[in-house]
Amino acid sequence: MIYLTLFIEFFKIGLFSIGGGMATVPFLMDLAQKYPWFTASELADMIAISESTPGPIGINMATYAGFHAAGIPGAVLATLSLVSPAIIIIVIIAKFMSDFSENKYVRAAFYGIRPMIASLIGYAVWQIAVITFADLTQPRPVFHYSSMGICLVVFLLLQWKPLKKLHPILWIGCGAILGILFRL
Amino acid sequence: MKKLWELYVTFLRVGGLTFGGGMAMLPMLKKEVIEKKGWTNEEELLDIYAIGQCTPGIIAVNTSTYIGYEQAGIIGAVCCTLGMVTPSLIIITLIATILNRFIAEPLVVHALSGIRVAVCAMMLNTVISLARAGIKDKLGVLLFLAGFLLATFSPIPTIVLVVCAAVIGIFVNIRKEKAGS
Repeated sequence: MIYLTLFIEFFKIGLFSIGGGMATVPFLMDLAQKYPWFTASELADMIAISESTPGPIGINMATYAGFHAAGIPGAVLATLSLVSPAIIIIVIIAKFMSDFSENKYVRAAFYGIRPMIASLIGYAVWQIAVITFADLTQPRPVFHYSSMGICLVVFLLLQWKPLKKLHPILWIGCGAILGILFRL
Repeated sequence: MKKLWELYVTFLRVGGLTFGGGMAMLPMLKKEVIEKKGWTNEEELLDIYAIGQCTPGIIAVNTSTYIGYEQAGIIGAVCCTLGMVTPSLIIITLIATILNRFIAEPLVVHALSGIRVAVCAMMLNTVISLARAGIKDKLGVLLFLAGFLLATFSPIPTIVLVVCAAVIGIFVNIRKEKAGS
């Protein structure tokens, strides 16, 4: 039964995550809350792994999430479910509509969708930030100030032009080293 | 049959050799698909990217589907997409298996905590660049704020929010057009 659920959930993600790999994150956050497949903090690990391995990020995320949910068959099923809506839609567009991206309704829809996707990813980041910077399971919340400081430094460095083009894997590697040094 | 295998292998290489997908994949696609195989030209590739960005799904998959379909119909589309996802399936499954074994080691726990901190910073950066590119006017700001608040405080599913944003976009543009004419 888990396979049917996986198929439906990842087909839906494939159908509604518009505009690149990170757009799958808010939907995966939904799954983390809805099913016992993975937690929100495991989702953060997934993002790191997906960014530092070859292949499209969205596909990597689906494979990892599917594997967590139901092993190797889960990984294959989640990935194939994620790509099926795209295959159907692109084949239809390739066949019938040559100027799809110029269509005024498509453009108008995207005028609304783009800010919304940005905001939903922002919400996913907020949730990951809460579990990274605070431990709310204690009777009195514990805040991890060193984590906040490191995050702020990395964020500021990312705004500096010469560092902008660096591959994410380098930042992730730095994060791992700092995590071990500061015992985060 | 030979053609289908060729399609599969070409996209297997593209998928296995690019980190990050989407835009990061463009130079690799140029080399493999345009220069080596001549399956498409640069102009068409950019068109495919434009379509990929405004259709659901992963851009890399949309691109491979489109090129595969043009080369060998629906079976071609499926072959290219399978090629594109094969490296991810193998690599990620391996990593997940290994990581599951060591997840309780203190060293791994600390490293993962540090990685999460880096991910937060990088994701925040992504959100800012997406918001800069996507928010054109006051309505954009409004949608951004409403999206965040509704996602935080209401039980409305993410999918419904995306569909509503699309409908609002179309509605507002049509009204603007009517007002203009």
